[in-house]
Amino acid sequence: MNSQLPALQIVLPLLGAVLCAVLRKGNLAWGVALVTSLAMPVISGLMLQDVLASGPISYAMGGWAPPFGIEYRVDAASGFLLLLISLIGAVIMPYARLSIAAEIAEQDVPWFYTMYLLCLAGLLGIAITGDAFNAFVFLEISSLSTYAMIAMGKDRRALLASYQYLIMGTIGATFFVAGVGLLYSMTGSLNFVDVADRLAEVGTSRPILAALGLITVGMSLKLALFPLHVWLPNAYAFAPSVATAFLAATATKVAVYLMLRFMFSIFGVSTTLANLPIGEIFVTLALAAMFGASIVAIFQENVKRMLAYSSVAQIGYITLGIGIANQAGLTGGIVHLFNHAIMKAALFMVLGAVVYRIGSVKIDALAGIGRRMPITMGAFVIAGLSIIGTPGTAGFISKWYLAVGAFEKGWWWLVFLLVTSSLLSVIYIGRVIEVTWFRPLSKEGEKASETPLSMLIPTLILVAATIYFGIDTSLTAGIASKAADALLAGLR
Amino acid sequence: MSLEHLVILAICIPAVGIALIWLTGKSPDRRETVTLVTAGLLLVVVLSIFPQVLAGARPEVRLIEVLPGISLSFAVEPLGMLFATIASGLWIVNSIYSIGYMRSNEEPRQTQFYMCFAAAITSTIGIAFAANLFTLFIFYEVLTLSTYPLVTHKGNEEAKRGGRIYLLILLGTSMVLLLPAIIWTWVITGTMDFTPGGILAGKVDGLTLGLLLGLYVFGIGKAALMPFHRWLPAAMVAPTPVSALLHAVAVVKAGVFSVMKIVVYIFGLEHLSASGQNQWLLYVAAATVLLASLVALTKDNLKARLAYSTVGQLGYVVLGAALANSMGMIGGSMHIAMHAVGKITLFFCAGAIYTAAHKTEVSELDGLGRVMPITFAAFTIGAISTIGLPPFGGAWSKWFLALGALDAGQLAIVVVLMISSLLNIAYLLPIPFRAFFSKPPKDGKSEAIKEAPLPCLIALGATAVGCFLLFLFPDTIFDLIKSIEVPAAIDVPSEQVSDG
Repeated sequence: MNSQLPALQIVLPLLGAVLCAVLRKGNLAWGVALVTSLAMPVISGLMLQDVLASGPISYAMGGWAPPFGIEYRVDAASGFLLLLISLIGAVIMPYARLSIAAEIAEQDVPWFYTMYLLCLAGLLGIAITGDAFNAFVFLEISSLSTYAMIAMGKDRRALLASYQYLIMGTIGATFFVAGVGLLYSMTGSLNFVDVADRLAEVGTSRPILAALGLITVGMSLKLALFPLHVWLPNAYAFAPSVATAFLAATATKVAVYLMLRFMFSIFGVSTTLANLPIGEIFVTLALAAMFGASIVAIFQENVKRMLAYSSVAQIGYITLGIGIANQAGLTGGIVHLFNHAIMKAALFMVLGAVVYRIGSVKIDALAGIGRRMPITMGAFVIAGLSIIGTPGTAGFISKWYLAVGAFEKGWWWLVFLLVTSSLLSVIYIGRVIEVTWFRPLSKEGEKASETPLSMLIPTLILVAATIYFGIDTSLTAGIASKAADALLAGLR
Repeated sequence: MSLEHLVILAICIPAVGIALIWLTGKSPDRRETVTLVTAGLLLVVVLSIFPQVLAGARPEVRLIEVLPGISLSFAVEPLGMLFATIASGLWIVNSIYSIGYMRSNEEPRQTQFYMCFAAAITSTIGIAFAANLFTLFIFYEVLTLSTYPLVTHKGNEEAKRGGRIYLLILLGTSMVLLLPAIIWTWVITGTMDFTPGGILAGKVDGLTLGLLLGLYVFGIGKAALMPFHRWLPAAMVAPTPVSALLHAVAVVKAGVFSVMKIVVYIFGLEHLSASGQNQWLLYVAAATVLLASLVALTKDNLKARLAYSTVGQLGYVVLGAALANSMGMIGGSMHIAMHAVGKITLFFCAGAIYTAAHKTEVSELDGLGRVMPITFAAFTIGAISTIGLPPFGGAWSKWFLALGALDAGQLAIVVVLMISSLLNIAYLLPIPFRAFFSKPPKDGKSEAIKEAPLPCLIALGATAVGCFLLFLFPDTIFDLIKSIEVPAAIDVPSEQVSDG
């Protein structure tokens, strides 16, 4: 049984998706999605335990041995990501029932869960696969289901946002698959390990560098690296709250993972950094994201959109870690994958609860609701503090590693830019806190009361996690540090 | 119970208090009992640690390793012991005062008020007992955040603006300057523990040391060194008990305490004075002392005047740290205690005047001393102690600071200290003079004014007596601070002596 875990991780949500589509009843579909989502962290937890105890797992799909068959490969980095995705899914699903019922037309509800499970399978698939073309297939599965989920948003602008994302996402995927094609033509293989081995023999030729460039740009689009982020704010702002929370926590993270895989493990650190000024480009773009997107976030009237811009800025921190490219910096970037996922999911879930109660996320509508929904808005404060990077929260740990990495590289100026940019998040988070707690109650706020427990408890679990992972970092930073070691091993 | 358990207990007691205050929020009497009992227990615990630390014990507790080599841990040493004793001792007095003040002014959201207060004390004790920079930084930020709802307590536009300035300056300086300084220290030395004699000796020198010192002292915005002092006057919109305990004792003292602790245990007095990089800090501190006193002269609002006075007095402590010698350290540390007791008395009086007479401006106080004799007597005592005249505590700290300045060969600093005392007289003493000797305005209202409520009078009486007791018994503080391993008398090399 244990040996089939990698397959189950993908097959279960795929089967679940089919079941949801067949059942055509909202609550039944939700039940299927819930059970599947709850099973996922068990599987990925068992696998990660295995990996940490006895090294990477290799699974030959359908019994066809790699490099010709499709290989599923779980190591510290992918195991960590699998656990993250499945945990987020498991926390969000209990929350989803009320929120989805309130935000989506009744006949569409089973379709939403179908799309959600497909997206879950796609994201998990990208993390688990060891095959470049298979990664593209899963990328498309997750993207197509994401477009559908976004389009189900209540606001009609969701359609436009979804279309915008469809165009941008397709361009990104095309870049990616073109890169993979070039790689295949040069090496004759699609298996990650095999390609990496053969690349060492082929050396760095122009097509190889072109492949690296295409894949990097394609993934930069999917992970919303500034200035390729334009699809993200609208998509997050108009998607149903559950979809936003799930995607913000997982989708961009998976793209970062795939890019890291290619840049570091497949092309190798020396090829990547020696032949292209990727470090400089990433640091520059990351800084532009950290400052530009944060400043834009300050002026947003729609709080969901504000958090979306905040996501662009936070992705900047992750790419900054890649740009710093030493052990501490990369650890900071990877740990921020995890930390940002839990805190941003928590924030979007709070907003989902606000939508559920008052039907709006305009900042003026939120005035004074802190006193009506003290626990929910208290959760916002704590998750917000984590975005700012207050010590004692998960966000602090990421920034700590990034700053240590920058100092070790002698880039002390970067440390000051890093901390100054978090000051901008004080402003946009502080603005919401001030409005929700210190302004007189808005008209919409009259309806507000504490969030129902089935939505409140999942939110609080994530908020507790942001504090827990700010104090006990052995799981997060420990694994991130191992993953960074593994990624950088090419340097030595 | 071992000493280590007591240390943990000292941090847990006010933390548990927060929860209990919340649970008893519905019944004000029970809630206030919880506050008083918590404060009492905390003081008992802190006082039971005190004699052992005085005798040389240095209990240490490691809680959890947050990052490899960096742990959340506590260690009690003399400076922290002194700070914790002051904070916990004055918390009781202040709680008694708060009860009188909050009830007579019918303030809203009192449960939230007492909860935030307990949270602030928890973080203050955490700062006092922090064993390394990391732990200190965590509690430093928690203190800022837990006092933000207190500053904005009134909830009006002015309170919100005050809160914004408060948060932006305190969080901003700590994140942009202090945090990089801490990380830098960690990257250079590989440790963050407060170590007697400092950890930077032999690792950092010259201009870099000066730069690092600058990051620390300006990064600790709570020390209100100019030009990062604006938050303190802005925070005066808070109810007076908040201004009294937090902005005369806990918050600002957490700032100067951190400066002192970092200078003593990270830089090392000997290393700092030998490098000569403390010189500029001396002048910045001296400038803060003088400028703040001058601004205080111009303020008619009583609390604003006291706030600028606090900025100036905090400069004394930073000055003591910047002298980087034994006497300076003793004077500065002692001033943490002396100024705390003196200034809290003054704030208590300001609050009592507001509660009894609803007056906030100095120019409105004519003749008020005749109807509120106890309040203004206490005010006079607090003022004299703040100025630094015997027979009150403030005299000692200024005495040792002057000795420290002489030891360092800084005659100019001695002159600054004297001028500042004169300025203190000029902005503080006219207040009781007006109240006692000017004629009350003939509007028929002043006859109706009575003394402040009894809990307020008890509190301000107690701290006024405290000022006197500190004058009689400064030796405990002296011995305590002296017991920090002081390097042998330092002779500043002659080329680094500046005649100012």
